[in-house]
Amino acid sequence: MNLNATLIGELIAFAVFVLFCMKFVWPPLINAIEARQKKIADGLAASDRAEKDLALAQDKAKDQLKDAKAQAADIIEQAKKREAKMLDEAVHKANAERENILAIGRAELEAERNRLREELRKQVAALAVAGAEKILQRSIDEAAHSDILEKLVQEL
Amino acid sequence: MAAGEELTLSSHIQHHLTNAKMCTVDGSVAFNKACSEAGFWTWHVDTLAWSIGLGLLFLWIFRSAATKATTGVPGKFQCFIEMVVELVATNVKDTYHGKSKLIAPLALTIFVWVFLMNLMDLIPVDFLPAFAGVVGEQAFGMDSHDVYMKIVPTTDINLTAALAIGVFILMIGYSIRIKGVLGFIKELTLHPFSSKNVPLQIILIPANLLLETIALVAKPFSLALRLFGNLYAGEMIFILIGAVGLAQLPLHFVWAVFHILVIVLQAFVFMMLTIVYLSMASSDNH
Repeated sequence: MNLNATLIGELIAFAVFVLFCMKFVWPPLINAIEARQKKIADGLAASDRAEKDLALAQDKAKDQLKDAKAQAADIIEQAKKREAKMLDEAVHKANAERENILAIGRAELEAERNRLREELRKQVAALAVAGAEKILQRSIDEAAHSDILEKLVQEL
Repeated sequence: MAAGEELTLSSHIQHHLTNAKMCTVDGSVAFNKACSEAGFWTWHVDTLAWSIGLGLLFLWIFRSAATKATTGVPGKFQCFIEMVVELVATNVKDTYHGKSKLIAPLALTIFVWVFLMNLMDLIPVDFLPAFAGVVGEQAFGMDSHDVYMKIVPTTDINLTAALAIGVFILMIGYSIRIKGVLGFIKELTLHPFSSKNVPLQIILIPANLLLETIALVAKPFSLALRLFGNLYAGEMIFILIGAVGLAQLPLHFVWAVFHILVIVLQAFVFMMLTIVYLSMASSDNH
């Protein structure tokens, strides 16, 4: 073993290297690494939070959608009910109107018929009297024909 | 002939295992064999050049990643650098529970620097020394056998010892900073044998001091010798494989593949043990 002055030289070199490394090499490297680690950790935490938020929002949206659907179904149900009711009412009203109109028409018809019949009877009676007058002018035999005339008048 | 061959082989190995030396003899700069008498004040210029070069390479690569570091989407280069940084940061966080701005950069420096130096082991053993020999011969008129070039700095005990001593100084420093001088002395003297009886405790102090000092000093020793031993042995195998002619190709491949594991593992072990030792130095409970 020949220890010699090289030892001293190497010791100085070692000390200088370590000091240089401590001052100029290690801090920037380890700082960069730690800063990046923090960045990545923050990013992961943020993404976790965003995921949770998203799940929450989705749940909320689902609930709201459900509510809206239920409400819509309710409204439709009510509208249908009202529609049916209105239709029913209209039908009833129309029926009543029809009956009314029909009744009025029938009454008018009846009255007209009665009037016409009366008139017709009067005219037939006049006609019969006229006819009878003509027959009578030709053969005046009141006694012989009075029963026939009587019968005729009776029939009319 | 056989003796001659043996001599060449052993001198070949010897050549590979010798550092390029530099020293001052009589006030002028001398190299290699001229330095055999220089004693402590010899510099291994190849170890110094390669280790400092690789250290600067490490700092340059990581510094350029650091200046371009973005907190947004990182590029491939930044991703790779951050992978290394995170590996170190995770290990530091798991092992060292105190607060320190030094431990993590220290661990990163040790891991990458030691890895890069170990990585030099995977360059075929003869390439760079032979290249250096040619350069020395052409440019400086030296005998190529006198040009030494050991390119794996971690196979030089001086480097591993320097790293271990650096860690050892930090261990002592942290111990004193966290526990105070008195706490540190208490830790060395009142464990592992403790007694509520004061005279008995005083008698036990030398034994405690001996055990604790050995335990303390064994840490840098094991750090330095583990890395040095593993890499030196690996290098030795590479040199031996390099000396067997054409058969070295498959052998070298197999050993290099295995060695990929070793170089990463040794760098990682050195880093982990540094963290563990400093964590032990910083924790109060013994």
